Amino acid sequence: MSVADLEKPSVERARATSFYEASARARIRLLLDPGSFVEFIGPEQREVSPHLKLFDLPEQFDDGIIVGHGQLAGSPVFIAAQEGRFMGGAFGEVHGAKLTGLLRAAKEMKSIPVLILLDTGGVRLQEANAGELAIAEIMRAVIEARTAGVKVIGLIGGRSGCYGGGGLIAGCCSALAVSEQGRIAVSGPEVIETNRGVEEFDSRDRALVWRTMGGKHRRLIGGAELFADDTVQAFREAALELLETTSGFGIDTLNAEQSRLEDRLQRFGACRDAVEIWAAEGVPDAASVPALPADQFIELADKLRRIARDAR
Amino acid sequence: MEDLSFHHQARSRAGGTRQMAIIGVVASGNLEVLAERVLPETECRLEIKTAAEGFGEVWDAVVADFVERYSPGGLKFSINDGGARPDTVSLRLAQAVRLMAEDEQ
Repeated sequence: MSVADLEKPSVERARATSFYEASARARIRLLLDPGSFVEFIGPEQREVSPHLKLFDLPEQFDDGIIVGHGQLAGSPVFIAAQEGRFMGGAFGEVHGAKLTGLLRAAKEMKSIPVLILLDTGGVRLQEANAGELAIAEIMRAVIEARTAGVKVIGLIGGRSGCYGGGGLIAGCCSALAVSEQGRIAVSGPEVIETNRGVEEFDSRDRALVWRTMGGKHRRLIGGAELFADDTVQAFREAALELLETTSGFGIDTLNAEQSRLEDRLQRFGACRDAVEIWAAEGVPDAASVPALPADQFIELADKLRRIARDAR
Repeated sequence: MEDLSFHHQARSRAGGTRQMAIIGVVASGNLEVLAERVLPETECRLEIKTAAEGFGEVWDAVVADFVERYSPGGLKFSINDGGARPDTVSLRLAQAVRLMAEDEQ
């Protein structure tokens, strides 16, 4: 049997598997080349949270994050995947340390990129101080890895979206790919409603949530470089494309990012709703964007929005 | 949280050569099962940590039924349970044995 024959069933399965529905382990298995994944600190080591049992809460053997290395189209990558169904994919002490360690290893190696499959509500409330520290350590580790020449790619399409400190980490990555389901923000809908009132943000208005934080909006305002359909194969292809197109990192990148954000604020700062932003961006029928199928949306976004490749 | 432990004699050795497999996640109504090939060939052990207290008899019945059906000799199962129903527990245990019988991926 040739290599192509071996890979074929995997591609078909990756195409047929919803990224949103898949477990973190299934995402890794189908995203990387078949059989190439090697886990660091696997579940058999039982490196569980030291805090949860104080709260009489169940632990998970991998503390909700899987880290390791493997191959993507024949090239080595480091990879981390959060399990959004365990405590909302939230960061705790061990969970965070596993990602920090992976990024520091990547920094040492210099040449191997990191894929982070973010699926998180933010920091775990039961270990909030440790979790907040973990977010800060991870952000630093991402920037240090990028400074050493490592590409750090965020892939976002899970059921917990990418919120809280996860949104901050996403903002530090070299590039992001997001699906429609993969919401990216810092404060989640319920948090905004609790703090600012229902007139400011009605968290039960799902359409409002999607068009404010969802993947299509993030792609259209330049918060994410690529929009991916909700399949593991689409995220694999997006990761390959981003690894190909993402450039280096330095003070020029940060200056370009600063002017990108200033420009964005200037152009859209007065808009009251995402639909107004899309219209201002030149989307012909802005109200139809949420209903567009993925392929048509990608076509539209590619036509409209040149990605600032020098920024981030 | 409640800790439960079961020890059974199995008719025969569990199939396959894999040393370790994991299935499921710890969430409401779900559980994770970590299977390890670390016991003598006719023994089977289950260590359970469950969020739903007071269901020891149900676990006893589900585990006995599982060992009878799948004969998972040589396997140790470590379970973190978020309050799964008995049918979900049976399904995850069966999936774990199945994974152990498959080749290394």
